[in-house]
Amino acid sequence: MLIHTAAEYDRYLRTQKLPTVWCPGCGNGIILKAFIRAVAALNLSQDEVVVVGGIGCSGRTPFFLDFNSVHTTHGRALAFATGIKLVRPELTVAVVMGDGDSVAIGGNHFIHACRRNIDLTAIIFNNMIYGQTGGQLAPTTLPGRRTTTSMWGNIEPPFDIVRLALGAGAGFVARGTVFDFEQLSEILGQALAFKGFAVVEVLTTCPTYFGRYNSNDDPYDMLHGLKDRTDPNEATMAEKLPVGIFRNEPRPEYTELYRQLVEKLGGGGQR
Amino acid sequence: MKTQQLMQGNEACAFGALYAGCNFYAGYPITPSSEIMEIMARELPRRGGVFLQAEDEIASISAVIGAAWGGARAMTATSGPGFSLMQEGIGYAAITETPCVVVDSQRWGPSTGQPTKAAQGDVMQAIWGTHGDHPVIVLTAGHVRDVFEMTVAAFNLAELYRVPVVLLLDEILSHMRENIFVPEPGELEVIPRSRPVNGAKPVAPFGGPFIPLGYGVRFSVTGLAHDDWGFPVEGPPAERLLRRIVEKVWSKAREIARYEALYLDDARAVVVCYGIVSRPAESAVEALRSEGLKVGLLTLKTLWPFPDFLFRELPTTVEYVLVPELNLGQLVREVERAVGGRARVEHLGRVDGYLLTPEQIAGRVVENLGRRV
Ligand SMILES: Cc1ncc(C[n+]2csc(CCOP(=O)(O)OP(=O)(O)O)c2C)c(N)n1
Ligand code: SF4
Repeated sequence: MLIHTAAEYDRYLRTQKLPTVWCPGCGNGIILKAFIRAVAALNLSQDEVVVVGGIGCSGRTPFFLDFNSVHTTHGRALAFATGIKLVRPELTVAVVMGDGDSVAIGGNHFIHACRRNIDLTAIIFNNMIYGQTGGQLAPTTLPGRRTTTSMWGNIEPPFDIVRLALGAGAGFVARGTVFDFEQLSEILGQALAFKGFAVVEVLTTCPTYFGRYNSNDDPYDMLHGLKDRTDPNEATMAEKLPVGIFRNEPRPEYTELYRQLVEKLGGGGQR
Repeated sequence: MKTQQLMQGNEACAFGALYAGCNFYAGYPITPSSEIMEIMARELPRRGGVFLQAEDEIASISAVIGAAWGGARAMTATSGPGFSLMQEGIGYAAITETPCVVVDSQRWGPSTGQPTKAAQGDVMQAIWGTHGDHPVIVLTAGHVRDVFEMTVAAFNLAELYRVPVVLLLDEILSHMRENIFVPEPGELEVIPRSRPVNGAKPVAPFGGPFIPLGYGVRFSVTGLAHDDWGFPVEGPPAERLLRRIVEKVWSKAREIARYEALYLDDARAVVVCYGIVSRPAESAVEALRSEGLKVGLLTLKTLWPFPDFLFRELPTTVEYVLVPELNLGQLVREVERAVGGRARVEHLGRVDGYLLTPEQIAGRVVENLGRRV
């Protein structure tokens, strides 16, 4: 069902836990809303959805959502989610992580999740910085940008999360931004419906740290900055960062292969 | 008729876990624990359980905890280097009161050390390895049949107390083979996983019985200090949480204690042992008794919560306590503390990767007591 009204969104929120911990102007709330809209559009029941978060501003998302919520350890959200999904393949499991969470400390789990192809939806809140810990360098920070640990300008090249996911073998890979809410909720819906490991990189904004250290902390300007940096019409990886769906090719999914294995061995009884 | 079987320690561990209803295993290969993983990889799929070879030990313990919250009886097994990596997850399991079992087959360390040599160097790490005050139960075993039984006990205690339970084995026990009577179904108690009662009023998931997620009660699980529904708290409620989860284990030392006491009644000396060292210790005590020396034996199978009461209740005849260990002195400090000066406590350590001999243990007792009968 397509939802529009505040009351319709509230159904999926733990309203007594609001306001969120996020700063005014933070882009994360837009992702939260797009996620709810995607879940509602798929008519998923709240009881059959698990939202697993890592550690970071982004990792707090599960607390505000009225699903089965799991807030894990820094970098390990995908590993926890793997355990949940393997024993409960009937549940829809979404994993929300920051960029540091998913591709710095959790990088190993991330590439292996792409390779293994368990039916999880990884949603990466990429704000190009460590928000929770006060604005340090992330593996996604662009060259030259200032953070509390690169105050003279970053000299490290960043990861392109989309290319990383493509290279590691994820079957569904997409990028959206908090500037384009409609597109983002559409992508999230497709990712959730995808049977296999799906990666959605969401470019989001951290006015409090990234904005402040890089001479523009106006949330509105930062949103527009995302628009200027990205190009929804571009299919190739050219000058601007392309957004959209880059791969949508289902391949044999792990829990399904595992189920077939159990069946073949005649072990269907337990579980 | 009872089935007798020649079993390796690691095999007994894997089959003990299956006996206890383990239906999820995630792990990463490491000597000397790998056989446990290989057996689980073979057995679980054909019994409808789930096996996962994870990308590392951090992922293993994290997946185990996730699986437990999904409702599985979950375990992992590793050795020193992997056990170090699992400390993060053990802390998370402790604060989230997740029933799970972690087997650490100890090898000589630190670091890569001597992968194929035994040690008992992880005792303190098993108890205190993760940061912060926390509850954990630590068990150990000395014989192959023991390994089977203590693995079942590990699952039971994890279930009863909602804690991570660490079972400490070692390279020798993991790889040795003994002829054992395999427990028949029903012979050992297996405490089942609690399940939410259909239609019953939802109860809070923390502070009471374990409720897996995804069965109609929506709550949160977090490593942050939390309330009974799993939402973050600070200050006094955080203190209440910590005291509750720690006390639920520390206050039950008597109930959790598994041990064997032999010849204590008139003993002047007591050998306190655990794990693989119980074997030479048993031989040493038997030999000394046959010479008429008043020596007793206390074999600890629960190392934590520490069974203080056993030492407070030692007969007043005891003047000397020997603690042989394959380390430079770990559990001996707990023994010393619990004995509280009522007898002289001494450590006998061996750290070349080989097992203490009965002669070494008996010799040390005689040096201290003399041959006086
Ligand atoms: C093992 C470990 N190391 C470090 C931290 C501290 N820490 C908390 S959040 C975080 C990074 C957050 O950045 P990111 O993942 O990009 O998420 P954001 O806060 O920006 O959403 C770090 C380093 C931790 N909690 N655990
Ligand atoms: S620190 Fe940045 S990422 Fe975190 S809530 Fe504030 S604005 Fe958002």
